[in-house]
Amino acid sequence: MATYETSDESVVVVIGSGAGGGTLANELCQKGVNVVLLEAGKRQSTATYVNDEWASFGQLAWTDKRTTSGTWRVARDFPNLPAWTCKTVGGTTTHWAGASLRIQRHEFKALTTYGRIEGANLLDWPLTYEELAPYYDKAEDKLGVTRTHDIAGLPGNNNFKVFYNGAKKLGYRNVHTGRMAINSKPRKGRLVCMQIGFCFQGCKSGAKWSTLYADIPEAEATGRLDLRPESFVTRIEHDGAGKVSGVVYFDKDGKEQRQKARVVCVACNSIETARLLLNSQSSQHPNGLANSSGQVGRNYQRHMTGSVYGIFDKPVHMWRGTTMAGIVTDESANNPKRGFTGGYEMETLSLGLPFMAAFLNPGAWGREFTSAMDGYANMAGMWLVGEDMPQETNRVTLHPTEKDRFGMPIPNVHFDDHPNDVAMRAHAYRQGKTIYQAAGAKRTILTPPYPSTHNLGTARMAATARDGVCNKWGQTFDVANLFVSDGSVFTTGGSENPTLTIVTLAIRQADYIADQLSKRTL
Amino acid sequence: MQPTLPSRREFLKQGSGVIIGALVFSSGPIALLAPSKVWALELSSLDEATGKSLLKFARHLYPHDTMEDAVYAMVVKALDKDAADGNVKKLLVEGVAALDHAAGGDWIGKSPDRQLVAVKALDGTPFFAKVRGTCVVSLYDNPLAYAHFGYEGSSWEKGGYLHRGFNDLTWLPHPPADASPRPVHAGA
Repeated sequence: MATYETSDESVVVVIGSGAGGGTLANELCQKGVNVVLLEAGKRQSTATYVNDEWASFGQLAWTDKRTTSGTWRVARDFPNLPAWTCKTVGGTTTHWAGASLRIQRHEFKALTTYGRIEGANLLDWPLTYEELAPYYDKAEDKLGVTRTHDIAGLPGNNNFKVFYNGAKKLGYRNVHTGRMAINSKPRKGRLVCMQIGFCFQGCKSGAKWSTLYADIPEAEATGRLDLRPESFVTRIEHDGAGKVSGVVYFDKDGKEQRQKARVVCVACNSIETARLLLNSQSSQHPNGLANSSGQVGRNYQRHMTGSVYGIFDKPVHMWRGTTMAGIVTDESANNPKRGFTGGYEMETLSLGLPFMAAFLNPGAWGREFTSAMDGYANMAGMWLVGEDMPQETNRVTLHPTEKDRFGMPIPNVHFDDHPNDVAMRAHAYRQGKTIYQAAGAKRTILTPPYPSTHNLGTARMAATARDGVCNKWGQTFDVANLFVSDGSVFTTGGSENPTLTIVTLAIRQADYIADQLSKRTL
Repeated sequence: MQPTLPSRREFLKQGSGVIIGALVFSSGPIALLAPSKVWALELSSLDEATGKSLLKFARHLYPHDTMEDAVYAMVVKALDKDAADGNVKKLLVEGVAALDHAAGGDWIGKSPDRQLVAVKALDGTPFFAKVRGTCVVSLYDNPLAYAHFGYEGSSWEKGGYLHRGFNDLTWLPHPPADASPRPVHAGA
């Protein structure tokens, strides 16, 4: 592990150590680039993770105060918790379920495929599936995604059995245990899945890919990584020539530090990435850094989501085993005959007893709620995840008055469903419910969206500087040595869990940055 | 009302209540866990009457008829802890008084149906929100509740479920191997 001076102007500073930042830092180190990796959270390990939902939430989740507005139900039930992401070394790769799907060809051309939709700020990605395909291949190999690279699928658990039988009775064709970045056999120094059932709480066997114990140790082994946990970046600074020159952060002792940089890469997950750019406003960038388009913070997407639970006469014990190893992909095509544009995936999901109580129907009380909880051991669950429409008014802004402990404005997250999101959710709920009824459910429960786990689009890629914040490399149009390296760059969301694409883009971005550094164009 | 300093005796009376209960279902899963059929909850901020009313109130909010009072006592324990803050204590004490008022006096002595009417009358108040919010977390986040609902909790220390029933469901057919490959330990 390296230690660089804060005055060292030759380093690449990466902010955030999750799927985007952790991957990028490692890929750069492998290419001989010196990297300072700043992470707001503490460093945990597979030994310190706990199989306890609330305790783990306290250990890993980003719980700094945020505010919400808009008509989404999260704003009512969880007004200060719009998103369920992480503040810890490894970022949200500690919490993710491992579902690793490629965005489909047509989804990269959302505007061309779907046409103009009122109220939606649709755009084609400035890159194609074909351009990304070789990088998807590298990412799948890195993560060890099942059903790719001759890696066997995971064995299905009880929750999958119920899901599979119902889905097949409905006539769904593509039903299996998914493409998961969870080892079905030991691979690349990571152990096999022990079916522990706490994928969301940090995988204690290390079978699930996380930058914490995969990419970050690899980067440390190069001797080029200076990882600084508990370092909270509050501003990115630039020089008179318009290039970023470094970042201001508060270290673990609460002391203000100023790290110089040749290149800065922002990978703080969509809410904090937008907030950091907006908080880095200056006279040259009065509306926030790299925001000449006005698109920073806009087009916030969270995927169309919802959950369906079925209660059966006999035990399921859905909490046993891999949380999300089960998928129906038949609904992910674009088939407007269903009454909406875009598609969705259906994926198995379980919550432990404490979180089932918290999320089944937030705010509910009385016998309807408790009779559902009484069926907990006989419950099967699935998550619905589909493409939501980017809308300019769904956005992250700075709170006008409230500030964090460093004196920086906190973010407000505004979200309204687009009519297309509502129509898609209604369809997905109906199909999910029918799956469980086909498997013999005596009762089904439709659960509203949880705080967002997929946060996308707040610094989107576009073909032109007018339409977006970044070019197809994640390089900001306004500042050549400033990059965005997380899901914020997604032009549209697709219907897939985003982590694999975030990793893919980070690998590709590392190639580009290393190349530009060697050509001295950065 | 003028604030008055409590005497030492009154000061002690204000806090440190005790709720004592007994397990109802002697053969239930909780009885297996409990060292004794009698349980006691010591309160440090609330008095016994307030604690008992809050326990009953929690039962009305989240009624699981076969679940022991000992589990609901977890809610009272959490509320008592929060009541170390004087504002919370005031909210809870006044909330219980409001229940009595809504029931025409002595809420806890009324029939369950009349109790429930008073509970519903308080829906939307900060007191109701506080108790409900505490319930939905603490009622379902303790080993006694796990036992009641059959939830198995932490599993890593037992090696997860790979060899302990992650796929032991037998009332539906097994999916074929292309959809659900056999686990590595089965020698697939």
